[in-house]
Amino acid sequence: MSEYRQPWWHRWTGLLGEPRRRWRAMDARERFQAGIVLRVLLLGALIYIAWPLALLVAVIFGVQYGLPYVPPRFAFVRRGAIPTIILIVAVTYPFYNGSLTDMRLFGAFPDVGTAVIMGVYVIMAIGLNIVVGYAGLLDLGYVAFYAMGAYTCAWFASVQFAHRHIHFGAVGVGSNTPGIHISVWALLLVAAIFTAIIGIVIGLPTLRLRGDYLAIVTLGFGEILPQVANNGDSLGGFNLTNGPNGITPIDSPGFGGLNYLTGSGSFFTSARLFFWTVLVLVAITIFCSLRLRDSRLGRAWIAIREDETAAAAMGVPLMRTKTWAYATGAFFGGIAGAYFAAFKSSTFPSDFSFNISAFILSMVILGGMGNVWGVIFGASFLAYLNQEGLANIGHSLNQTFGTHLEVPLYQFGIYGAIIVLVMLIRPEGLIPSARRQAEFHEGVHDTPLYDTQQ
Amino acid sequence: MQGKEGRGPPPLFLPPVATEARPENISWIRGFRRPGVVPGLGLFLVALLLVWLGVNLYQKPSDFLSVALEGLTLGLVYGLIALGYSLVYGILELINFAHGDVFMLGSWISLSVAAHKIGLNETTSGFAVVWGLALTLLAAMAFCGFLNVAIERVAYRPLRNAPRLAPLITAIGMSFILQDVGLNRLGPAPVSVPNILPTGAVFTIGGHEYRWSSLIVAVATLPILFLLIWLVQRTRQGKAMRATAQDQEAAAMMGINVNRTISFTFLIAGALAGVAGLLYALYSTNIRYDQGFQLGLIAFTAAVLGGIGNLPGAVLGAILIGLIQQFNEGLSWHAPSSQWTQSIVFAILILILVFRPEGLLGERTPEGG
Repeated sequence: MSEYRQPWWHRWTGLLGEPRRRWRAMDARERFQAGIVLRVLLLGALIYIAWPLALLVAVIFGVQYGLPYVPPRFAFVRRGAIPTIILIVAVTYPFYNGSLTDMRLFGAFPDVGTAVIMGVYVIMAIGLNIVVGYAGLLDLGYVAFYAMGAYTCAWFASVQFAHRHIHFGAVGVGSNTPGIHISVWALLLVAAIFTAIIGIVIGLPTLRLRGDYLAIVTLGFGEILPQVANNGDSLGGFNLTNGPNGITPIDSPGFGGLNYLTGSGSFFTSARLFFWTVLVLVAITIFCSLRLRDSRLGRAWIAIREDETAAAAMGVPLMRTKTWAYATGAFFGGIAGAYFAAFKSSTFPSDFSFNISAFILSMVILGGMGNVWGVIFGASFLAYLNQEGLANIGHSLNQTFGTHLEVPLYQFGIYGAIIVLVMLIRPEGLIPSARRQAEFHEGVHDTPLYDTQQ
Repeated sequence: MQGKEGRGPPPLFLPPVATEARPENISWIRGFRRPGVVPGLGLFLVALLLVWLGVNLYQKPSDFLSVALEGLTLGLVYGLIALGYSLVYGILELINFAHGDVFMLGSWISLSVAAHKIGLNETTSGFAVVWGLALTLLAAMAFCGFLNVAIERVAYRPLRNAPRLAPLITAIGMSFILQDVGLNRLGPAPVSVPNILPTGAVFTIGGHEYRWSSLIVAVATLPILFLLIWLVQRTRQGKAMRATAQDQEAAAMMGINVNRTISFTFLIAGALAGVAGLLYALYSTNIRYDQGFQLGLIAFTAAVLGGIGNLPGAVLGAILIGLIQQFNEGLSWHAPSSQWTQSIVFAILILILVFRPEGLLGERTPEGG
């Protein structure tokens, strides 16, 4: 018998995992130093791209390094400082957006309309993070919840059901308009609750399965619902979803007296109002998500994620806990879907393909499963790339090198590469949660002895 | 190895953990495992399906027969893809999401070799077609096989000891990358494949032709299936594969090179996907960059229906799924028609996973409740 040796090319194909091995071999002090080096490199890149971004990131890094020196009496500053900075920057974004110079490579800063879409994706990614990041249930059909939210909003705030005539708090709709018109703000909650119920209905039979089987079943639901929406223009003769044409004029939410529809000036434009409201929604979502994570339920989710058998042995009711995770994730998906439908004023079955599910999943993975801040970063970055960034990058690349790349053709390859590279090099994501990092690096035995439910 | 495995034909691939005995008394401790309602409901659904088929058969027997033949043909092609899922799942317990897209690239390479390199088209006849297709087949098998091996090496092997969702997620990523390659090669619109095989009718049932091309495709899958069975059951390499599937550590201790065996499995699975890619391109004469995703999921459903990890089960499930798809699209009495095909297939997937996660031929594993 000859000694077993790795073929020579394994070294090169294994290069992807090399940084991770190196990082693990360092001690705490070396990591701290390497962290400083990496941050400086990142800042250098950002200065090249756009100095305002670099300034923001430098302030955040500075605060991060300074926070341990804050005296314990002001401990609340430690938790609140960075979110407050980001909140201020975000809220005032529409005011200075126009005066920022273009970034290198990335082109113009995202406009406010794009920022609204980024906000919607942030809500969805945080919702998915509850399912995937906290509870460790891989959900490949998250788009189904988004679709349910969007269609709920569309049914109750449009002329879809023209034979009904119900008006309740809708803004900017004539009282003679046929159809059901309910205030979109109320519908956000209705859609969220309805979607959560759908989540429970989907979850109850399927959450007994584990791991990859669950992923496939959710994928199945994620494929069935858009097809139902697509074929739903004659379900037994009843036009439920208006088929591939979608439900298109959806009422706009009112913004109190500041309604842009009534024309109250150039300050409160439509995009700005939507932007600020989506910020409020994002803030609520973040708050709920963080409080849930630290609650009894959230700790049960994390226990299940780490070791289902042990969690069950400790008395965590598996089915109920998982179903709650599912329902909560669905709840936020529903809010996001309803809000997005109202923002776009339309909903089409083609908006809900599997690609969106995988897109949201890659946001969660890129940012760092389980960490809300990482997920927010991943979601805003990828949503920006999808909306403007990739096209801008392609444009500037073509201008610099004189090529004729059509970047939209490479879009999904890029997302796929992001997913693969992040999982190989840094499976805990860009901004990891410490707990998740440990799981990925020390490994968790999540293969059960036998199933413990029921 | 004959005679050691007890009576009856040995299962080709045992699901890895299926041999562990489940404690029988668990149902007494925690109440009824499966209330009688659930299998009853499942049986009721099956009965409903049979009644629907019976009425269709009674009303238009000729339609029924020709549709069934087409379904069988399609099912055999699906079977080749489903076998790839099943092989990989049997050995790594990983749903290889990228498999469908490997199959799509198999269609692409077949098209570019057969039509553009060799120059086969509708007018080619006789030996040129046979040799050309044989060459194309080899090219597609080699390409897809080595592509699959490369995917395993880059995306799955570094994550073998990671949490189980990690390789699943990279599989999705790889699927996206391959789909994007397909999009760049094939373009967003369907690409038509020349009718290389003869298109005349073998026989006609009640006005429906069964074409030579369908017959050739159906017949071509059979030797490949037998070859695979022989490979897994009778050769040393097949024995190594089964051993690795049962217990990687023990197999390594017995001197089996686990990494090489897994690579070999991916090679076989990829080669099957290549065959399926060629046959599907010839059968449907239309390929698309996202066919891998669509048909991959259908084939995966077939593998689950038959009992994932179980090779005869994968073929059986694929034939059933092919029949169901064609019945759905071809029958006249209360058939939901093709716009619902995908929903029906996924509904079957969900129902199978909920009612009988071990599939038709598989054994109970801890994976499905």
